[in-house]
Amino acid sequence: MNFPSRLIEEAVTEISRLPGIGKKTALRLSLHLLKQHESVASSLAQSIIDLRSKTSYCKICHNISDTEVCSTCSNPKRDRSIICVVEDIPDVLAIENTSQYQGLYHVLGGVISPIQGRGPEDIHISSLMERVNTPLDGETVKEIILALPATMEGDTTSFFIGRKLEAIGIKVSTIARGIPVGGELEFTDEVTLGRSILTRTNYST
Amino acid sequence: MHLKNISLRQFKNFSADRFEFSEEVNCFLGLNGAGKTNLLDAIHYLCLTKSAFQSVDQFQMLHGTNFFMVKGSFINEGKILELDCSMESGKKKQLVLNGKPYQKMSDHIGLFPVVLIAPDDTSLIRDGSEERRRFFDNMLSQLSSNYLNQLVRYQHFLKQRNALLKQFHDSGKKDLSLLEPYSRELIQLSDIIHRQRFEFIQNFAPGIQSHYSFIAGESEKTDITYTSDAGEKTFEKDFRNSLEKDLILKRTNKGIHKDDYIFTIGGHSLKKFGSQGQQKSYLISLKLSQFDAFKLEKKQKPILLLDDIFDKLDDIRIGQLMKLVAKRDFGQLFITDARPERSIKIFSDLQIPAKLFHIEEGKLTEVTSI
Repeated sequence: MNFPSRLIEEAVTEISRLPGIGKKTALRLSLHLLKQHESVASSLAQSIIDLRSKTSYCKICHNISDTEVCSTCSNPKRDRSIICVVEDIPDVLAIENTSQYQGLYHVLGGVISPIQGRGPEDIHISSLMERVNTPLDGETVKEIILALPATMEGDTTSFFIGRKLEAIGIKVSTIARGIPVGGELEFTDEVTLGRSILTRTNYST
Repeated sequence: MHLKNISLRQFKNFSADRFEFSEEVNCFLGLNGAGKTNLLDAIHYLCLTKSAFQSVDQFQMLHGTNFFMVKGSFINEGKILELDCSMESGKKKQLVLNGKPYQKMSDHIGLFPVVLIAPDDTSLIRDGSEERRRFFDNMLSQLSSNYLNQLVRYQHFLKQRNALLKQFHDSGKKDLSLLEPYSRELIQLSDIIHRQRFEFIQNFAPGIQSHYSFIAGESEKTDITYTSDAGEKTFEKDFRNSLEKDLILKRTNKGIHKDDYIFTIGGHSLKKFGSQGQQKSYLISLKLSQFDAFKLEKKQKPILLLDDIFDKLDDIRIGQLMKLVAKRDFGQLFITDARPERSIKIFSDLQIPAKLFHIEEGKLTEVTSI
């Protein structure tokens, strides 16, 4: 694409680095910004700079936080004896939206995958082990819930962490997998359906 | 099920062409290099999402172009199935069935069964065990999507474990507990896959015999011996004992990725003791048994592709094979031949109606019928 101005070209190049945005969208966004009041562009620019420089991560659970310890970890109403291990930040939001969970979280920041050169030291596993060994505000951890993706990498990471935790005698559970609520059996894929038959649960009325 | 028509755009040496096929015998005629086998491969592509002859999709494009497309309409029990396979340079291959793109290519495998007989291709007998595993994996995958899923998982875990072994070697640090999740999956999956391969061969191998006797006119006993690490009672122990070797060689040495299928004739290895003629007859019998297996499981006749058989087989074997064609044992058939007069004579003599496509340098020049 040829641009009439070098400034436009630079803006398009930078904006199109973002995921899901191509050159054409980037151009449309750039031209849109040019038409707006100058303050629109400067406040957008400022918020991006602030986002990058001021955002910090909770030193306990590694979730995004404005403070050293995030609002979940510092909330006295949350159950400190239980920790839910997730792959990334959006997973925390997803579980929070269910309103079914009152414990704490631990964000790994990825799953183990030797092909991609990602080992246990590249994700927050050692800090999880530390958390388990050191009580927070006097309360010991009784259970770890593994809520990693149901992919092959998620499974092997779960197994690796599970083994380590079992070795020190902590109760480890994993979220249930199977047919989504409101789902039809005939439209469920065979692997999921097969697994839900194998790991069926007792029915209580 | 049959293929009604196919359109090609920039596929191998075809720039753009369209073919309307007969439900029965279709014959591609033309000189060497005209594009006959490429047409067979286009059909193979639609059925199995890949080439029968080489594994890099990029090479399927016409030289100097940056995309290819193969489009075909299949008829199955009166219903039309439109299939569209295309790829652009540097992008992922796309497969669309009735306007709906596939998320996973593996979902397509097995819906359109196809058998290719290329008698010159004795690499299946002569080459290493990898060729034979690929052949049987291909067949088992078309018969059972469950098998394919497990195989994909196995290969993925194997890749991860080998990458890890390499990292241990390169960095000099090794955390054996990190290896365990992969070892455990590979041991379990080896067991499952071995059982499926074993059961399949038990049913499949005896079927080759009658085809062999018919094609070769000989009554030697044919069989397949399936060997696997996972067949041993001590497999898990063997797998774990191999750890030291795995660490040194930076790859996994035990498991079903080392399996082999040994073709035998009269109790001896076909590879070592079989004559060229025996090998060719065996190969055809193997493919005819594959045809039977699909027919039985899918309740429909697979599409049969015959590449260059008139040139590579002697008259007796061609005669026997054509008897099967004349008996209407097959469904839709595609056949290539470099000498038009020979095919025309064979089909007219046997009174087999056939549609003949004359091809020159990647172009369809004439269509005739017998």
